[in-house]
Amino acid sequence: MELFWYIVLMSMLAIYVVLDGYDFGAGIIHLFFAKKEKDKKAITNAIGPFWDANEVWLIASGGILFFAFPTLYASSFSGFYLPLIMILWLLIFRAIGLELRGQIHNKLWEAVWDKAFGIASFLLALFFGIALGNVVRGVNLGMVENGVSAHEAHYFFLPLWNPTFSPTAEHLGIIDWFTILLGLLGAVTLTIHGANWIIFKTNSELNNKLKTVIFRLNIVLVSLVITSLVLWHIIAPKPFHNFMERPWLWVFPLLTLVGLFGLFGVRTYKKDGMGFVCSALFILGGFATTAASIFPKVLPSTNTVNPSLTIYNVAADEYGLSVGVYWFIVALILLIAYIFIQYRVFKGKMDDIGYGEH
Amino acid sequence: MLNKPVFLDIFFSLLFKFELLNNLMPFSMEDMLFYDRMQFAFTITFHYLFPQLTMGLSLIIVYFKWKFLRTQLQSYNDAAKFWMRIFALNFAMGVVTGIPMEFQFGTNWAKFSELTGGIIGQTLAMEGMFSFFLESSFLGLFLFGEKLLGHKLHFLTGFLVFLGSWASGFLIIATHSWMQHPVGYEILSNGKFVLNNFGALFSNPWLLPSYLHNQLASMVTASFVIAAVGAFYILNKKHHSFGKLFVKTGVLFGLISSVLVAFPTGDWAAKNVVEYQPVTFAAMEGLFETQHGGAEIVLIGQPNVMEKKLDNKLAVPNILSFLTYKKWDATVKGLNEFNPEVYPTNIPGLYYAYHIMVGLGTLFIGIMAMAGVQLWRKKLYSSKWILWSLLFLLPFPYIANTTGWYTAELGRQPWLVYNLLRTSDGISPTVSSGNTLFTLLGFIGLYLLLGMLFLILVGKIINKGPLTSNT
Repeated sequence: MELFWYIVLMSMLAIYVVLDGYDFGAGIIHLFFAKKEKDKKAITNAIGPFWDANEVWLIASGGILFFAFPTLYASSFSGFYLPLIMILWLLIFRAIGLELRGQIHNKLWEAVWDKAFGIASFLLALFFGIALGNVVRGVNLGMVENGVSAHEAHYFFLPLWNPTFSPTAEHLGIIDWFTILLGLLGAVTLTIHGANWIIFKTNSELNNKLKTVIFRLNIVLVSLVITSLVLWHIIAPKPFHNFMERPWLWVFPLLTLVGLFGLFGVRTYKKDGMGFVCSALFILGGFATTAASIFPKVLPSTNTVNPSLTIYNVAADEYGLSVGVYWFIVALILLIAYIFIQYRVFKGKMDDIGYGEH
Repeated sequence: MLNKPVFLDIFFSLLFKFELLNNLMPFSMEDMLFYDRMQFAFTITFHYLFPQLTMGLSLIIVYFKWKFLRTQLQSYNDAAKFWMRIFALNFAMGVVTGIPMEFQFGTNWAKFSELTGGIIGQTLAMEGMFSFFLESSFLGLFLFGEKLLGHKLHFLTGFLVFLGSWASGFLIIATHSWMQHPVGYEILSNGKFVLNNFGALFSNPWLLPSYLHNQLASMVTASFVIAAVGAFYILNKKHHSFGKLFVKTGVLFGLISSVLVAFPTGDWAAKNVVEYQPVTFAAMEGLFETQHGGAEIVLIGQPNVMEKKLDNKLAVPNILSFLTYKKWDATVKGLNEFNPEVYPTNIPGLYYAYHIMVGLGTLFIGIMAMAGVQLWRKKLYSSKWILWSLLFLLPFPYIANTTGWYTAELGRQPWLVYNLLRTSDGISPTVSSGNTLFTLLGFIGLYLLLGMLFLILVGKIINKGPLTSNT
């Protein structure tokens, strides 16, 4: 049962990153590359009807985490208190930026909300990368000092940074040189992903320029991936242990590489959706590789006193998890129906479907 | 609303004296609890200003759309479109202020989440899976798809959005009901609550009365808002025909929901309190001493907790006994019968919240009844005093809804899970009060900005008025 819900949760989170990822990325493109009003309009049109539904995946994943792994939910949400609340504020800013921009037609008003939307998107992409870095690196569970736990074994609290910014220091922070590297990796990945979505969903004049942007950023991305793989060995001993044990898991790193190198072909693809498929593959593969690498851990412990959190020591009881399967299957069938309907209505390029003109 | 200095006191302390902060002991549990409660109270109070309108309003929009399909009168469709614009704005506010609610269970109430997540996680996860996906999938189609879908399918998407929002309310109140009256659980030796009967979560006797009471209260808010906007148009001599339609619809829905929210649903909800939380009931009614041979109902008075009496009391004899037990001379238990350990932590706050809700509810029935009579006599649209009253009553359903929730939440104190888990045992053990105060101040600032923007934009939509289409 734990494994079933783990797969459900990870799949939902991965879908969330792919979906909300492209609208964060679109926000970053909007901030750095869209200069003309027409281009900005094309970008907001391309994500307008979707971003809200995409964010529901985060809320639903949070719900599943709460329900299936309450101890992990309690431990990580209180331990990562400050960054999580800041993510909330950024999500709010981003949402009001998108929704309020078109409500009053005034250059200054629009400029303010454009910036709010763009900057919040960029910071969110960075933060989600940093979050992934924190999970990979692990935390000081129980807040052990001199071999003694200051709190219950599964609780901790991390400040935003420590003075050394070192991921191997005794007193860890959210931001250190390893997590910030993953943050940058996240931001670059989602920028590419967002650009791919815009190419896929619009016919804007920006598209050709974006293809070059993707090509260049992908060189940066490849070097970031290599650097972080090397550094990963410093942070975690034997990160590929699980892959040696179960060779079929290599399919995930393989998918990641296919996606990553597929992105170099973005200027030659006949179909505009191909680039998006590649960046989605890269994200899904990378996410699954990371999860598989630390499995069955979900939050490693950096001390030797308290054990890491695994799916088995943070799960809810058996009866609750089993009964949840029934309603989950019903909900899943309904969800597939909704997605099908939405896709039917909003398929194709978005230019003809106006958005935001309430 | 807490036993510590109330909300404004924090501001004044911060502004003028810093006394409150200087008095804080570092790492004091009491201060952690105080700021955790403040943050939750503030964020949920602000959040619920929006769903209470959208739940009721979605039903009224569906009604307008249905009337349009039946009569083919364009004005109904225009009315639906106008209220959809206000709905969309309120819905967006509800979503962005709602995400912090789900996060805060984990961030600020980690111990509570850990111990009860196996149970309340069920209903909260179901809310995400069933209602949020439903709402978000069809809201876009509902708001932007009228031309794409045609009127019948468009009506259907509206209905699905309504269904999603009411399902969301149902699952939240199922969660709330479990905290008020826990059922279907067992407690393990490590203190964890585990579920042993899924069905019990939904057959909980607390659930249905609370849900109906709450949804009708949401209808009251939506009706008063529609009526107030209609009255504004008539008095302002703008959009006159829409003004009439809105006032009429608001009064019809308002009359029905104002009555039903009190009788029978409010009565049912109160009966649950009498049965399962008698000490809360005594505090709500301001009964310090047990009243034998018929208890009086207090209309006005200030609880004096030190001297265990009500100051400046105005009461009607025997009514409370009758309302509670349908017998004029029934005995109603006072606070003196209970151990002070289980007293609600803020007796005056609870008493005021309850009395404000009941007082306003009575006023709503009165004004809607008079408006209903004028409507029947076909004099409503020229009754200036009724129109002015409807206009000025706009904020009061919001106050009644909020104080109603304060009654439920303050009434449950000092427990998170009634009689089983104390509020002080539910907070996050590692999040210091300094961090919580930081985020609380952040939320206050951000929500003030949001609130101002919201008012400007809603004012703009109302001022512009409904658009008349030519088709």
